[in-house]
Amino acid sequence: MEKLLDVRDLRTYFYTYRGVVKALNGVYLTIKDGEVVGLVGETGSGKSVTARSIMRLIDPPGRIVGGNVFFEGRDLLKLSDGEMMKIRGRKISMIFQEPVIALNPVLTIRTQIIETIMANRDVSVNEAEEIALELLEAVGLPNPKMIMKRYPFELSGGMAQRVFIAMAISANPRLLIADEPTSSLDVTIQAQILDLLNRLMEEGRISSMLYITHDLGVAAELCHRIAVMYGGRVIEFASTEEIFKEPLHPYTRSLLKAIPRLGYYDELYTIPGRVPDLVNPPSGCMFHPRCPYMKDVCKKEIPEYVEIDNSHYVACHFAGVKDVR
Amino acid sequence: MKILDKWLMEHKYKIQDVKLMMNMIRESFLAKLGLTIITMFILTAIFAPFIATQDPLMQDLTNRFQPPSLEHPFGTDHLGRDIFSRVVYGSRISLMMGITVTLILFTIGTTLGLIAGFFGGAVDEIIMRITDIIMAFPSLILAIAVAAALGPSLLNTMIAIAIVGWPRYARLARANCMQVKNELYIEAARAIGVSNLRLIFSHIFPMIISPLIVQATINLGGVILLAAGLGFLGLGAQPPTPEWGLMVSEGRRFISRQWWISGFPGLAILLVALGFNLLGDALRDILDVRMRR
Repeated sequence: MEKLLDVRDLRTYFYTYRGVVKALNGVYLTIKDGEVVGLVGETGSGKSVTARSIMRLIDPPGRIVGGNVFFEGRDLLKLSDGEMMKIRGRKISMIFQEPVIALNPVLTIRTQIIETIMANRDVSVNEAEEIALELLEAVGLPNPKMIMKRYPFELSGGMAQRVFIAMAISANPRLLIADEPTSSLDVTIQAQILDLLNRLMEEGRISSMLYITHDLGVAAELCHRIAVMYGGRVIEFASTEEIFKEPLHPYTRSLLKAIPRLGYYDELYTIPGRVPDLVNPPSGCMFHPRCPYMKDVCKKEIPEYVEIDNSHYVACHFAGVKDVR
Repeated sequence: MKILDKWLMEHKYKIQDVKLMMNMIRESFLAKLGLTIITMFILTAIFAPFIATQDPLMQDLTNRFQPPSLEHPFGTDHLGRDIFSRVVYGSRISLMMGITVTLILFTIGTTLGLIAGFFGGAVDEIIMRITDIIMAFPSLILAIAVAAALGPSLLNTMIAIAIVGWPRYARLARANCMQVKNELYIEAARAIGVSNLRLIFSHIFPMIISPLIVQATINLGGVILLAAGLGFLGLGAQPPTPEWGLMVSEGRRFISRQWWISGFPGLAILLVALGFNLLGDALRDILDVRMRR
């Protein structure tokens, strides 16, 4: 499979009054055509910033200071604003965590969906209306004609997310970035939205997806490969199976231990310490203050992001050394 | 009946809004007063030929300086013209100027403000420094300078007021635009391919329109006042146009004996400016969602 998206050494900083927040410190990520890649990590690990940097939606005081984002062979970071505008929606699209506030509260669904379709496809208003009805039906909304007349506040979270998904996939984008699309919904609706995304993939309306979540269970179910983020870097990237069966990075292992399991009544494992401060990050490996296997070298040197074995990438000094585990 | 029901259902929120507005106006005495004055003003302007008792330009030198009477409700001026008819016709000029100039101000100011607020950076800097320069001068002084430079005429008065007035709208639009553009739905719309131009005018503009409408309503009174001021100074409408400011100016020489020549046009200016201010204040309360109970 060919690489659809190839992110290399992506660095995004935010220049705030408190200092420079180094939100991304060299992110590497690849997505192949037809693949679903999960991006997991704690709050503040840089998942959303990665997504927004790929889309070039970083506004001042934030700035993408380095790296490359190759998409279909072109570096998105080198495109003009006008060219990038044509990528968004048509080639890469995005869905968000809070569907209700991702829709403009003063415009009807009809206005917004038709506007999006006309922005991304060369069609007349009447054609756009037909496409809109077809899309709303495809995302499982009963009575699309009624929905079109509604305002966002008249929809439930699940319905709003379906509407937004319909808008996001209106131009059959190659890549859909889903930024925790189910986190604000309740559990039954979450399952429905996941089913919907799966179905849309099967139907070929979505070809590849970058799925951001902090729920490892969801990632396991949906994704072919999983990238684990910590402190603005991808610290482990491997197939879903390997991440769960043979995690190499101590952070990934701690994360897996922290998943609640049915039938176990012990107190839930938590990772000691806190998420690193990205204004004054720890020296060396960012995870070293919390790492159970910490050695001197971890404090001094930043571990490189290397391929340990067949497309299993890790950024840890001791990833290859078996006896440390 | 079915079609009507359907229409009512589809527009139920708009209808609710209008009903709420009517209630709020009904509850406030000042809002009612403002609305009454403005309604009367607009009706007078529309139906001027039917309300006026004679041609506003017709001179009758045998009947100069007549005090208010049944025949001449507001008296006559130094050329024997009927002041009532002149005030009635004057409303047309004031209304026309007020609305045209305000529309121009609104369009220019809002557009520039939205552009400055949305794009930020150098564009913002340039537009905002220009507004600073214009707002550094008292508006009447600057308007006098511009009007004097262009030469006295009604059109030039309007241009002068437009140049002086747009920065207010630009600042208001910019401040609100900067607030709205950080909302998630703006980013979301951008992420799914909506262009900047559409973001500004179809997503941000409807969100910030209510403070601008309030500003425009209050400003309408100010524009009329400024136009009258320029007329009074001889920089606006030229005789024999029945313009209120000009009429006040003409009557100035006779103010100690024939007060009505300046008095009634002056009263008209006062009432209209007051009316727009009251209505604007009321609209601010009504359009501000936080003030609703």
